[in-house]
Amino acid sequence: MSEENKFQPRIAAFFCNWCTYGGADLAGVSRLQYPPNFRVIRIPCTGRMSPKFIMQAFRQGADGVWVSGCHPGDCHYIAGNMFARRRFTILKNLLEYVGIEPNRLHFSWISSAEATKFQQTAIEVIESVRALGPASRMVKDIRRVA
Amino acid sequence: MTQKITSRPVGAVMVVGGGIAAIQASLDLADSGYYVYMVEKSSAIGGVMSQLDKTFPTNDCSMCILSPKLVEAGRHPNIKLITMAEVQDVQGAEGDLTVKVLQKARYVDLNKCIACGACAAKCPKRIPDEFNQGLGKRKAAYVKYPQAVPLKYGIDADNCIYFQKGKCKACQKFCPAGAVDYDQQDQELEINVGAVILAAGFKPYDPTPYPQYAYANFPNVVTALEFERILSASGPWMGHLVRPGDEAEPKKIAWLQCVGSRDLNHCDHPYCSSVCCMYAIKEAVIAREHSHTDLDAAIFFMDMRTYGKDFERTYVKAQEDGVRFIRSRIHSISELEGGSLRLEYVTEKGQAKSEDFDMVVLSQGLEMNPEVADLCRRLGVEQNQSRFAATDSFAPVATSRPGIYVCGALAGPKDIPLSVMEASAAACAASSGLAAGRGTLITEPEKVPQRDVRGETPRVGVFVCSCGINIAGVVDVKAVMDYAATLPNVVYVENNLFTCSQDTQDKMTEVIKEQGLNRMVVAACSPRTHEPLFQETLQAAGINKYLFDLANIRNQDSWVHADDPVAATEKAKDQVRMAVAKASLLEPLTEAKLSILPKAMVIGGGVSGMNAALNLAAQGYETHIVERDNAMGGNARMLRTTALGEDVQEYLTGLVAKVEAEPLITVHLGTVIKNVDGFVGNFKTTLVGDSGEELLEHGVALICTGAGEYKPAEYLYGQDPRVMTHLEIDQAVLGGELDLSEVNKAVFIQCVGSRDPERPYCSKVCCTHSVESALAIKEANPEAQVAIIYRDMRTYGDRERLYQQARSKGVIFVRYDPDTKPEVVTEGDSLLVKAQDPILGRTIVLEADLVGLATAIVSHKDEHLAQMFKIPLDQDGWFLEAHVKLRPVDFATDGVFMAGLAHYPKPLEEAVSQAQAAVSRAATVLSRTEMMLPGTVAWIDQRKCVGCGVCWTVCPFQAITQDENGLAVVNEALCKGCGTCVASCRSGAPNLRGFSNQDVLAQISVMLQG
Repeated sequence: MSEENKFQPRIAAFFCNWCTYGGADLAGVSRLQYPPNFRVIRIPCTGRMSPKFIMQAFRQGADGVWVSGCHPGDCHYIAGNMFARRRFTILKNLLEYVGIEPNRLHFSWISSAEATKFQQTAIEVIESVRALGPASRMVKDIRRVA
Repeated sequence: MTQKITSRPVGAVMVVGGGIAAIQASLDLADSGYYVYMVEKSSAIGGVMSQLDKTFPTNDCSMCILSPKLVEAGRHPNIKLITMAEVQDVQGAEGDLTVKVLQKARYVDLNKCIACGACAAKCPKRIPDEFNQGLGKRKAAYVKYPQAVPLKYGIDADNCIYFQKGKCKACQKFCPAGAVDYDQQDQELEINVGAVILAAGFKPYDPTPYPQYAYANFPNVVTALEFERILSASGPWMGHLVRPGDEAEPKKIAWLQCVGSRDLNHCDHPYCSSVCCMYAIKEAVIAREHSHTDLDAAIFFMDMRTYGKDFERTYVKAQEDGVRFIRSRIHSISELEGGSLRLEYVTEKGQAKSEDFDMVVLSQGLEMNPEVADLCRRLGVEQNQSRFAATDSFAPVATSRPGIYVCGALAGPKDIPLSVMEASAAACAASSGLAAGRGTLITEPEKVPQRDVRGETPRVGVFVCSCGINIAGVVDVKAVMDYAATLPNVVYVENNLFTCSQDTQDKMTEVIKEQGLNRMVVAACSPRTHEPLFQETLQAAGINKYLFDLANIRNQDSWVHADDPVAATEKAKDQVRMAVAKASLLEPLTEAKLSILPKAMVIGGGVSGMNAALNLAAQGYETHIVERDNAMGGNARMLRTTALGEDVQEYLTGLVAKVEAEPLITVHLGTVIKNVDGFVGNFKTTLVGDSGEELLEHGVALICTGAGEYKPAEYLYGQDPRVMTHLEIDQAVLGGELDLSEVNKAVFIQCVGSRDPERPYCSKVCCTHSVESALAIKEANPEAQVAIIYRDMRTYGDRERLYQQARSKGVIFVRYDPDTKPEVVTEGDSLLVKAQDPILGRTIVLEADLVGLATAIVSHKDEHLAQMFKIPLDQDGWFLEAHVKLRPVDFATDGVFMAGLAHYPKPLEEAVSQAQAAVSRAATVLSRTEMMLPGTVAWIDQRKCVGCGVCWTVCPFQAITQDENGLAVVNEALCKGCGTCVASCRSGAPNLRGFSNQDVLAQISVMLQG
């Protein structure tokens, strides 16, 4: 398949303000290039990540969701990222149960200095979602319902 | 403490240096009412810490934890950064000093430079990059490092083609902001301040001139700082582990300790550099993580000096993880064909060995920077025999010249937490003589009355920034603008060349007023750097600053999708649409105002507590000391001398007298704390003493509760009176019960109760203490036979000189391993110590008439106190600071600070400086009459709350409590706005202002509508 015809996944990304959002900024400062397939929502902490946000993104037609926060022990709010991890593990099981492939949902730990890691992870996330093709399982399409 | 000042002192302080110590001192001073001039020699602040990859013992990324401090210092309204500048001369007396500063030309106008990097991109001249230790290249037009503050380029005239040859000017031609100015001249500034703090750091020892280190000749022998740059993701090889010789990945690396330290034979330094053991362990562990193979990492050392908080654990873990530790000092390095290196050494048992490595890292020591030494001489600041600034144990940050203070590695080699602690201490000491001038030179931002926009339909203004060509070069800014105009609620759209420039800010303020905007979206760079700036603009236009959102279309768009302008433009439109959707829902937030009671409570009346109280009083604050004992003095009552030989009892008597004479201090003896209510600025503590209960209201609390001494159950302690702990020996000498001149045979046993499975930490002070005692015996009775049985001698810093002195006076040192511990036995009347000598390989028997046990310092494990103040204890029972590197005396709970042994074992001088540091941090709270708390806090919709308790269980700050109906309620003074409660509640009762469920869901809903 040529570059143009490749499936272009649409990914919702949630980055914590203190680590990964900073890592993404630094990737910019370092001019590290990655594909433009995700849109970013900044949250104070991955502990803020409600499972609802992930479900809503899939319902709106996102092909993948990427949540990224601070490394364990580096959380600006002591341990929000650990709560996020716990919730996440459970949600991932649930999503699999309802038919969303596990690879559509990604979680990573990227510090505000890890620009290269950010770039690499961005590419990995995009490629793994791309490999799965479009997600439509949770999209509420009025035409189909009716 | 300070000399009398007749007229009102100048309420400003100059901080010389730009490293972490200088930054901390500046922030503390600026936050407590003093104007600060920060004079840095290079083009940006950050110091050596900005060059480090990770920091021990937590392996935190150095830049990540430093950069918020850099930004804070750079943006602070009361800190003036003077970069590329040097202090020439200081005249006058404390309280009124005139400092001559030479500011070098940068050839770039700081006000115009937008840090786009066009100058560096076009500059044809490449030279070795000092920031990367010469391992990489930079241009003659350059910025020191990507996160530099100020983030402004400069032109290195010594290497610039135009300055050297008169032609080129490429940077000027391509600068989109017209910032390059070749006509800039050096300037002499005269600055009036009340005090000066020297925080100019150290120089890493340069092994180049010394052939034994083979550094100059072999490319694969690198210094530790070079190795930091190799490991760093922003370094010359982007963090890939390679050796400089051939850029191949090494499979075997050796670290050589004590390079330039602990050496009497060469022209290097006799003192211990204090930090190299730990950084070598860190580098070895990180290198193994970076390696694609199972890297063989070996550290060649004499004594592992892992004496700080959690250092010993790091050491043990590194051993378990496979880092090899070899007790030997390498005598020669030779290069093999292919660039690898052969090390020849002798083991502890005397065997000659040789081993080959792909790469060798020299654990270089720390030394005084000769330029800073010159500055000290010019200013009349005395230096000690190691050339560092001389201080004494009881005034650890004061120099020989009144009005000039020191902190950090300029006053002796030390790690980051200790430098940060001293920085705060120096801020405290420097300002205690200036209290009358506090608040006289600072500027308070003017407050514009806010328009109430509640109930208005959203009127969103969108400002799309071109950022020169940084955004506009990739993103079709016009298309984004046109698109933004079609979005719901958007009533005004504008494009700016540089939205952040001062003139645009002024214009925006007018536009907001004229157009009646009540929400603002800026599509530009990153909220992490620019949100506060645009919020100020909004505020200046009379709109609540929380009615703002920023769409990041530069750092996370144009810069990273440079080769796909169409997709980048689409992404920019999407991010703008999301920002508008969020902004439309935002509501004005109020910042809770908290009044601050300018009164302090110090818990503990030892040396730390008394010093804290005296310094608080010197700053003008009423202070209460709560001491459970019936006398003050704590553990210091049992100490004979400090490491520098100062008399502790004489000092203590003076200290107690000062505390008793100070009218601002009230001492509550025989008193304990029953209960603590309230929060920062408004604590209410119930004290219980002989006279019953008493309620004390205070704004801050300082925990100085000290620690105890371990009482061993081994080595015949308690069974034979000749076996004593080191505090008992000191006490017996002080009490006249023990005459050291009558001691003929003494044996000291180290690590009694420390560094064992039960207490896996080093008690830090015992090696020095035993050496001091051994020397005192030798002095009283030169014929006495004295032996010290040890595991690693940890006489760090200048204490190493005591160790050397003891050796030269004939004190015998015998090493033992934990599995061959010495034994103490009696045979008839004689007391015998049996030890396994690893060099002789057999048991030696020493007769003793005094056995000194270097017993551990143990925590009081005061869980009750910890719970009352909501502060954590670590696994060994020490109070756990907010951040081990950068907030060593603070807690995550605002308004509570600590000093002394409650934090970790430490010598007296560190306890004194920590007490001053805690006061400095406390002053940042006490100096304000009120505090504004961020509006982005959680709140509970009690109609939905069932009182299940999940939120108050998960809240990391104990900000949620149960009200009288059993429902959750948020204390806004404690909430930090992480949102963990919101995401955890099953009923959806909590919500987070500024990041509400609705806000985020609105962004998700429109995210894919493009």
